[in-house]
Amino acid sequence: MYPPKFDYLRADSAANALELLAANPDAKVMAGGHSLIPAMNLRLADPGTIIDIGRVADFKDFSANGGIVGIGSGITHAMIAASSDVPAALSEAAGLIGDPQVRNRGTIGGNIAHADPASDLPTVLVALGAAISTVSSSGSRMIQAGDFFVDLFETALMDGELVAEITMDQDGANTGSAYAKLSNPASRYAMVGAAARVTVEGGVFTAVSVAVGGLTPKAQAAPSVNAALVGKAATADNIAAAAAAVQNDLGDDVMGDIHASADYRRQMATVFVKRALTKATERAG
Amino acid sequence: MGNYVGKSMKRVEDPRFIQGQGKYVANLKIYGMTHAAIKRSPYPHAKINSINTAAAEALEGVIAVFTGKDLVEGGVNPIPCGFTPPDIKLPPHHALAIDRVRHVGDGVAVVIAETAYIAHDALDLIEVDYEPLPAVVDAKAAAQAGAPQVHDEVPNNVSFTWAIGDEAAVNAALAAADHVVELDLINQRLIPNAMEPRAAVAQWDSAMEQMTVWTSSQNPHTIRLLLSAFTLGIPEHKLRVISPDVGGGFGSKIFHYAEEVIVPWAARKIGRPVKWVATRSESHSTDAHGRDHVTHCKLGMSKDGIFQALHIENYANMGAYLSLFAPMIPTALYHTLMAGLYKTPVIYGVTYGTMTNTTPVDAYRGAGRPEASYVLERLIDIASRDLNMDPIELRRKNFIQPDEFPYQTPVALLYDSGNYDAVFDKAVEMADYSAMRAEQATARADGRLVGVGVSGCIEASGAGPSAVVVSLGAAIGLYESGAIRVHPTGKVTVLTGAHSHGQGHETSLAQIVGDELGIPVSDIEVIHGDTERLPYGVGTYASRSMAVGGGALVMSAQKIRDKITRIAAHQLEAAVEDMVYDRATGTVHVKGAPDKSKAFGEIAFAVTLANNLPAGMEPALEETSYFDPPNFTFPNSAHIAKVEVDKDSGEVTLLDYVAVDDVGNIINPLLVEGQIVGGVAQGVGQALWEHGAYDANGQLLSGTFMDYAMPRADGFPNIRVGRTVTPSPSNPLGVKGAGEMGTIAGTVTVVNAVMDALAPLGVRHLDMPLTAEKIKAAIAAANGGGN
Amino acid sequence: MKVSMTVNGKTYNRDVEPRMLLVHFLRDELGMTGTNIGCDTSQCGACTIHMNGMAVKSCTTLAVQADGATITTIEGLANGSELHPMQQAFWENHGLQCGYCTPGMIMAATKLVENNPNITEAEIRHGLEGNICRCTGYENIVRSVKAAAAQMGGGD
Repeated sequence: MYPPKFDYLRADSAANALELLAANPDAKVMAGGHSLIPAMNLRLADPGTIIDIGRVADFKDFSANGGIVGIGSGITHAMIAASSDVPAALSEAAGLIGDPQVRNRGTIGGNIAHADPASDLPTVLVALGAAISTVSSSGSRMIQAGDFFVDLFETALMDGELVAEITMDQDGANTGSAYAKLSNPASRYAMVGAAARVTVEGGVFTAVSVAVGGLTPKAQAAPSVNAALVGKAATADNIAAAAAAVQNDLGDDVMGDIHASADYRRQMATVFVKRALTKATERAG
Repeated sequence: MGNYVGKSMKRVEDPRFIQGQGKYVANLKIYGMTHAAIKRSPYPHAKINSINTAAAEALEGVIAVFTGKDLVEGGVNPIPCGFTPPDIKLPPHHALAIDRVRHVGDGVAVVIAETAYIAHDALDLIEVDYEPLPAVVDAKAAAQAGAPQVHDEVPNNVSFTWAIGDEAAVNAALAAADHVVELDLINQRLIPNAMEPRAAVAQWDSAMEQMTVWTSSQNPHTIRLLLSAFTLGIPEHKLRVISPDVGGGFGSKIFHYAEEVIVPWAARKIGRPVKWVATRSESHSTDAHGRDHVTHCKLGMSKDGIFQALHIENYANMGAYLSLFAPMIPTALYHTLMAGLYKTPVIYGVTYGTMTNTTPVDAYRGAGRPEASYVLERLIDIASRDLNMDPIELRRKNFIQPDEFPYQTPVALLYDSGNYDAVFDKAVEMADYSAMRAEQATARADGRLVGVGVSGCIEASGAGPSAVVVSLGAAIGLYESGAIRVHPTGKVTVLTGAHSHGQGHETSLAQIVGDELGIPVSDIEVIHGDTERLPYGVGTYASRSMAVGGGALVMSAQKIRDKITRIAAHQLEAAVEDMVYDRATGTVHVKGAPDKSKAFGEIAFAVTLANNLPAGMEPALEETSYFDPPNFTFPNSAHIAKVEVDKDSGEVTLLDYVAVDDVGNIINPLLVEGQIVGGVAQGVGQALWEHGAYDANGQLLSGTFMDYAMPRADGFPNIRVGRTVTPSPSNPLGVKGAGEMGTIAGTVTVVNAVMDALAPLGVRHLDMPLTAEKIKAAIAAANGGGN
Repeated sequence: MKVSMTVNGKTYNRDVEPRMLLVHFLRDELGMTGTNIGCDTSQCGACTIHMNGMAVKSCTTLAVQADGATITTIEGLANGSELHPMQQAFWENHGLQCGYCTPGMIMAATKLVENNPNITEAEIRHGLEGNICRCTGYENIVRSVKAAAAQMGGGD
């Protein structure tokens, strides 16, 4: 409850943030602080320097044009949860993060840069095929969500690089997306999260993208599910059969804890992929 | 009836709480105040080779660092245990560990600093050289040969063995029974988690040699006695203990904690006030935990379901030290409840209290009684399935009947009153039980797992008489004080030895006194929680405040009324026998002559003038009484819950909950319903979510709210509450305890409901908490291992 | 570091360590102890306040992050001697017992209703996910919030 000492630097622009980061390469970047401050309260984190980017207006742009939605890294979960412009899976997942107070402060950029395996957003961004734009003193680049999440609390961000914006396609015509989650009964973090986006034309799945998280070190796509469903009729039986294919995509690193063993989470991946697919399919109709 | 008692009055204490003006210990700020933080063991069991405090002491803003040795050298004595059955092995419990730590969270040093931030910085600078030792966690494993030994003073880790009943008779009856239900079960460890973390502040007045301690306690007088006679040796008349607003207790704030010893000792040592406030993580590893039993039980019955004998063998985890009342919980408050609502003729029970490398375990809401109800009502639930009988019908066959009270059970208690069929009739009606069963049948036909759970529970609350409690091994008399002080203007101060930490005594006790004296509640102020303002007090736990504390106030009110009546008779020149005290209006008049009267306020002022009182009468309207009840009270209940289990995931949804309780007469229905519902939520929490979990090596796995699953608003449907009333003959108000029944019944009701949902799959029993994973595994096993 | 913020209508300037949590700033620097601390992991919500019009956990916010902010705490919720409808509803409906979670619960509930005047019971229960009460079983809290919603202009 008493964070350790640190030096505090407040950035007033993206450029200023990059300058501060260049001058303090070991500094921890903080947006809302809703992952960092609880860790400091328990003295599990002890950053010597914090660069606060919470007030950087450059990171708070939100746009929805031509079927593409762009979300600044400083946009809060509450704003995303309330948005009808973002894919349904994303607003649904954002609305399940923490609680209203946490969602008022926590940001999408901070969330994904932290890359907590039990977080909800990475799973959704992978399923939606989102692109993550970054800035650094050497310019900007775009990283696909599937490449951004590297491992437990590890991303493709390089030293001195910040998340600037997340872009993705909106749920278009005949397309629906959804997120389903098995929550840790204590923390409410995801023990299993499943996100799906489907396009259904003439009663047949023409595009499917599924990802799972919470149980693996990083959010990951489920290509076996996609392959099992594309071209099939949009029926409950087909969804159930395809959901089971997620087992092929989980790998060997499924995690467990006192709330749910790895075996159970593995089983639940199928159940929650089915739920996400079912809901997404309803929304596509 | 009276103007107040029986009515749902909103609480007089609420304006301060809803406006952020609660007076919690953590809010205290005293000039010169310093802040304490405690270095705690990360090891479950380790030898302390050395403690180096030099770097911590050198940190700017640190005033002092003390270790366990410093405390002992400074005259601090171990913390005592207040319930000692014969042959108990009592290991010493030092406020700070000296040469060995015995659980994660065991304190090894205290830092006193100018700010809490600096104090916590300094903790990181204390170097403790630990030599880890093997640890034992499980209550039963601790008693087995070869288990790591927690204390040299406690061979085989068994601190005490406590038994009741005729085992030979029980075994014979079981052997002769048509059917015996046998069950192994675990009543898992819980962490009480009152929302206010524990806190203590102490101030030493060196000139007067007086110590004041503010502590988040349910019983400040008990803490004063223990600080004085045991741990610190400060004379009782030089020691003031204040428990101001306390943010929930649920038992966990009864006990004498190490910090209550360390903080005043340090305050005197450094000559400045000291404050300590627990972080939530500290609460998890240092507040006394609850439950933690490993039990083997057998219930024998005839083929038509008449209970014939009950046998209980229980291992109760005491943790690393014996907390204040720990040995009482799985013994005198557990086995004695095993008759339940039923006429089981012979009962035997034994508990082994074992020491382990875990946080000490003591009373937590219900304290022994939820564990007892859990055993009994689980056995009966299984029996109803074995006998293919409706669980309510099976219970009804065995009820003690209304004309059989007072009823002597085979396990020491003498039940006062009750009408169990009436409680069940009401619950069946409120729940529309037959419709519930019909809906369940429909759901089952659709392949859904819907369950209806039932329980019938009893509780012994409002403990007394003191002679019985002390004879059982308690070092405390369980009477209560109640004083009424009438001021010259007729305003009244009520002083109660009970303590309110959420119960609303400032309202309910004022309602009692208002009606007893016939004065407005707005003229009454209830004072509690301060040893210097009250005559004495035992405190609040075990659902005793209305039954015992209220009883004491009724006695004092009677004395006040008698005195007022005598004064009025004197002034109106009438005979005392001819006077009538009208409790609706607070006036005294001559029988048959209502205009010849004196009002309460008139007499109050007349007493102050003292010029016209009966000869020899002292000029004061102030009375103090102590009520030592002749018996416990026996609240009882019928609860019914409906749940649905998700077949795919094993997740449980609580769909409906009906709680009907007989808690005797009711002072304030609003507050009683609040107690019942809150209690149910805690009971449901144990059934479905909560677990104070350790790994096999003794690490606490549920050390924060990130891993200890507290019940939240979205876990509940509306909880519906009803009541029947059979007044208790054991106290003047006819009340029974209301604080714990919800918890006692809530746990087993929900477990029974989930097991009922799983019954078609042949699942007999699962241990709590009923996590989705456990349920899913049971479903999978029933389906031949598939999903 | 120097910070300035408006708390319950009054502006305060203080020089604090960057690490000071907002809840400690309110309690220890400003002496406003109505905001309680119930945990250290951002779970319990006892410390909920309003910051720039939003419900926020002050144990998970640094005072320096609140520099320049407008803050309302439980002490500032009533309009003088007139209780806020949420406070009144908690009182009328016995929505509190020990009172410790109450300030945070009231501050969170106030924003829930402001943001959703016709809030349903399910939305209340989900919306209070970040506020833990150990005493009430939430029944009367939910009842209080519903009653307040009706007073505040919505209600179902």
